[in-house]
Amino acid sequence: MSHRSNPVVELENVQFSWTEDKPILDIQSLSITQGEKVFIRGPSGSGKTTLLGLLGGVLTPDSGSVKVLNTNLAQLPPAQRDLHRAEHTGFIFQMFNLIPYLSVAENITLPLSFAKGRHDRVSATGRKPEQEAARLLQTLGLVDPELLSRPVTELSIGQQQRVAAARALIGSPELLIADEPTSALDTDTREAFIKLLFSECESSGSTLMFVSHDSSLEPLFDRTIVLPEINRASQQNREAV
Amino acid sequence: MTSIWSLSLKSLKNRRISALLTILSIAVSVALLLGVERIRVEAKNSFTSSLSGTDLIVGARSSPLNLLLYSSFHIGNATNNITWETYQELASDPAVAWTIPIALGDSHREFRVMGSNQTLFKEFRYGDEQSLSFKDGAAFSKLYDAVIGSTVAQQLGYTVGQKVILSHGVESSGLQDHDDKPFQISGILEPTGTPLDKVILVSLEGIEALHIDWRNGAPPIAAFSVSAEKAAAMQLKPESITAYYVGLKSRIAAFRYQRKVNDFKQEALTAILPGVALQELWQLVGSAEKALLVISIMVVLAGLTGMLTTILSSLNERRREMAILRSVGARPVHIFSLMIIESLIYAIAGTLLGFAMLYGLLLLIQPIAQSALGLYLPISTPGIFELYLASGVIGCSLLLGVIPAWRAYKNSLADGLTIRI
Repeated sequence: MSHRSNPVVELENVQFSWTEDKPILDIQSLSITQGEKVFIRGPSGSGKTTLLGLLGGVLTPDSGSVKVLNTNLAQLPPAQRDLHRAEHTGFIFQMFNLIPYLSVAENITLPLSFAKGRHDRVSATGRKPEQEAARLLQTLGLVDPELLSRPVTELSIGQQQRVAAARALIGSPELLIADEPTSALDTDTREAFIKLLFSECESSGSTLMFVSHDSSLEPLFDRTIVLPEINRASQQNREAV
Repeated sequence: MTSIWSLSLKSLKNRRISALLTILSIAVSVALLLGVERIRVEAKNSFTSSLSGTDLIVGARSSPLNLLLYSSFHIGNATNNITWETYQELASDPAVAWTIPIALGDSHREFRVMGSNQTLFKEFRYGDEQSLSFKDGAAFSKLYDAVIGSTVAQQLGYTVGQKVILSHGVESSGLQDHDDKPFQISGILEPTGTPLDKVILVSLEGIEALHIDWRNGAPPIAAFSVSAEKAAAMQLKPESITAYYVGLKSRIAAFRYQRKVNDFKQEALTAILPGVALQELWQLVGSAEKALLVISIMVVLAGLTGMLTTILSSLNERRREMAILRSVGARPVHIFSLMIIESLIYAIAGTLLGFAMLYGLLLLIQPIAQSALGLYLPISTPGIFELYLASGVIGCSLLLGVIPAWRAYKNSLADGLTIRI
């Protein structure tokens, strides 16, 4: 499979620090290719949040290059970085992912109003945004059509996380970043959730970066990256301690 | 941008109670501001146009303000009278189109009696070139007929056909009544918002009849008294008047006629241009209204500061919301717009509601203002200055809205996608 060799994420000699002389992230090289489902393991303080900030384009490295889909985010102006994130990256967070005053359908279709490319991709399927939202929810196991118009505050945590997943997946962004998305779920639903996520990523050809400290999920993934091992800054910090 | 608008609206709907209270506080302050402005403008209009059709007022020599006060507002008393002959001579000047003589000095239960003639009903103009009209009845035609102003009718509950006794003098107590010659009300005027609402109008001959048997300001002794019937049979001719209003054929002649009156040799007289004198008088009494306007502007600022407080205090609890929006692709400029639009919605909704409250209030107080203050408050479309005030309110709230918007913008830059629980 030749497309497998296309890099989606490429980090080279990336250094980042909040305060001078105390780098929090120092990664020589990190490469993730298209379609990969990568488990990124790291305890808190290992530079996880910073890495996600860099990939999302809300942070810029002090040095080095952060390429997402062959675009070096470090060299883009802030507005372009935001646009790049909106178009190509979907995020799922730990919990409380949803805008409380929007309905389920409105939450799911929200990224489309900020990313024209993703909106066009949905239009190309011949479905309306709401229909696409319903389809995604269905593949994620929420079949009740009435759910779409419900306020998100009435949903269970598990349902909320699936809505958040549908929102991250809508318009098929090339990269999906999930930050501890299952930590609020119980063990049974955890695996089911991840499997649904996998099948959706496979059908849209998206690459998945799954960040967690829960190593029990590791075997489900193609590959595991242990963040403290590739982050030289955290090694230094540990040695210092 | 449409999505940001609808996001703002939905977000506000989610916090509807505090949003409604904020809008309400802005609305109340805007309604107050517009109400004060409306009353200020209408009071000034009704005041300065209370003699809109009159080119000059002529009376015995005194200061212009004094002449204006006693002849038109019935405050204070004339220093002297004008003899009938002088009046006849000056009124026959070729530049003069009409004159309205007025004779003051009697009263009825604290309302002044004003003697005049039919020209008053034909030529007198107030406000926007309006002439006097009757709510009921007609002008005086018989000697003992009286026409009463709307306030008099309302406060004393008089109707057409009723008899009234006039009193000599204008003091509030110790007056001697002209009880031998009662007057009958022939008509009631429509409200005018001018001092005419508070007068009792009779003919000059009627005034003369009241005083036919009086000598040197003292009531007649029984032997010399003239009965009402006898007085009516006599050919009464006024001896003097208090002042007269002049309408000129052309306003160009105003200064020439004024000079002629002021230089009149036989009698010491003063002629004033009422428009100028009214403006001067308004300068004196109008400063209170300006203070009121300033106070209501302060109230609006207080209302807007309340809005600022509401938005600023909501910012912290909305950091998560902002971070989620950022994660789904919102740029910091979207966050900024979201907050600015929120201020804008508050201001626009508050101002519109303020206008609604103003008109509701106007409907409510219009009859009261008319009857109690003689102030006619028209329910008209907003004036230019009111629109300026409204856009000023919206502009100010936009300016103030920059503060929370900027803070949210900075927050969202600093927070990025990090969600704080």
